[in-house]
Amino acid sequence: MKQALAVSGMEALVALALIISPCLAVAQTANKSATKDVAKDVTKTAKKAAKPASANKVVADQAEEKDEVTKDFEKFRAVMEDSNPAELFEVQGEEFWKIKRGPNNVALAETCDLGLGVGVVKGAYVQMPRYFTDADKVMDAERRIVWCMVNKQGFKEADIAKKPFANEGYTPEATSLVTYVAAESRGMPFAVPMTEPHVQDIYELGKEVSNYRAGPYDFSCNTCHGSDGKRIRMQNLPNIASKKGATVAVMGWPGYRLTGNRMLTHQWRMNDCFRQQRFPEPKYLSDTVTSLLTYMTANANGAIYRGPGIKR
Amino acid sequence: MNILRRSVLKGASASGVLAAALAAGLLKPTQVLAADWNKAAFESKEAAGAMKAMGADAAVASKDILVKAPDIAENGAVVPVDVVSNIPNTVSLMVFVDKNPFPLSVAFDFANGAVADVSMRLKMGNTSDVRVVAKTADGKLFVATKEVKVTAGGCGG
Amino acid sequence: MASPMKIRAQLKGDIAEIKILMAHPMETGQRKDPKTNQFFPAHFIQHFSVELGGKVVVQSQVGASVSTNPVFGFKVKGAKAGDKVVVKWQDNKGESRTDEAAVA
Repeated sequence: MKQALAVSGMEALVALALIISPCLAVAQTANKSATKDVAKDVTKTAKKAAKPASANKVVADQAEEKDEVTKDFEKFRAVMEDSNPAELFEVQGEEFWKIKRGPNNVALAETCDLGLGVGVVKGAYVQMPRYFTDADKVMDAERRIVWCMVNKQGFKEADIAKKPFANEGYTPEATSLVTYVAAESRGMPFAVPMTEPHVQDIYELGKEVSNYRAGPYDFSCNTCHGSDGKRIRMQNLPNIASKKGATVAVMGWPGYRLTGNRMLTHQWRMNDCFRQQRFPEPKYLSDTVTSLLTYMTANANGAIYRGPGIKR
Repeated sequence: MNILRRSVLKGASASGVLAAALAAGLLKPTQVLAADWNKAAFESKEAAGAMKAMGADAAVASKDILVKAPDIAENGAVVPVDVVSNIPNTVSLMVFVDKNPFPLSVAFDFANGAVADVSMRLKMGNTSDVRVVAKTADGKLFVATKEVKVTAGGCGG
Repeated sequence: MASPMKIRAQLKGDIAEIKILMAHPMETGQRKDPKTNQFFPAHFIQHFSVELGGKVVVQSQVGASVSTNPVFGFKVKGAKAGDKVVVKWQDNKGESRTDEAAVA
């Protein structure tokens, strides 16, 4: 089934499918002209089409029902956020950060600089991606943490890259570390240092990458995420070029996904977007992914980060 | 991972003592926690049997037990359920999901100031009643239910 | 290998609101591994207890239908700031875990 979904399939509200039956009814009312540019599953918001409700009462009823169900879901999502299992990974990540590990038997807390000085975690996440002179690269949080694990603790990058993302019953150490580091920026505004020339360059690259069309569907990121008011089925698709949309896109990562009980990073999300576009997946910790993360996060600069999220 | 675990245990003296007691064979693991696991109740395949095994089959319906759960669960693997018993001297709560393969989910005993106001998250395989039994200090039993619709599958994936 | 719990205990008046997150697969024994077509063996927490200020306040028996990485919330009267909260769990394989926090 995943294969049949063009965009953001993992995010689709499966539960709604049966309630609002047939599940595509609302989407089909959307502006048909929009489907030329974008894939058939990506449609303009149903708002416009729902306006002549008197002409199509069924659609209007469905829309109302959706609203109540959505409200109920949102209420319980708030309950979920109150005790997010992501916190378990924060605790685990904090241990990984503080104890001596790896062939070199050193702690990241005493060797790793996340941009604000060795061992400083508070506020580091919201100020990444940033340029690191020691690595001569712009790095996002996950990339930097793995760099430290490799260059300070002596782990092998190839080993880490073998299973970079969580699977059922398995969570990479780097993922727990990212979750801890991210949690330490909870309540702080995103502040990617856009005055730094390397960051500016990779931001521009990210902008280009987001617009790069390829693959069997001739998709780019922007096909779905480059303008306002698009959605797939019941899911709104944030426009990452805008501050509002970029904020939606970066908020809640890393996130605990209830389906499969996995703790997943923003790096994972980017890779999965490529998969959903039917692109070859980027190699772990690539410039491509960092460029997209830079583009999106910098576009969200100023928004307050709420910490690791919870996803359906 | 061993190093990790040891460092954690070191920080918690109570668990250190516990671990030492276990290691010395002073305590069998089952003695660590006083309450026994009611195998017959947890392995019963229908709600009535599970309730009977818990000694809760004579419960009387009550509006003073509030079972808060979503009308429609977004994800059957994680259904948030809150239970409050306003029945005075509630000392135990038992939670059953009627249509689950094994209906008994969890049971709580309260003491020393703990009130019958709990939140939890449960797996639900199907649309089902969530059934909560409250037991008072003098052994009286009350029950309340709340239906939760669980939808799975559909057009997404 | 048991991972740490996360315990939060907040004082509201004289009531401690205790939230507990436990790291555990809570495997029901009814799920098949698609690769091997074998059932994943049951592996779930069966008991846990909560102590506040040295006294047991909650004892619980748990079944496999509690969600993976269980979350529980309790309220305990007569608490004060600094009281120690100790949570212990034990699963069907005999693994156990103890963690603690202070009421804040």
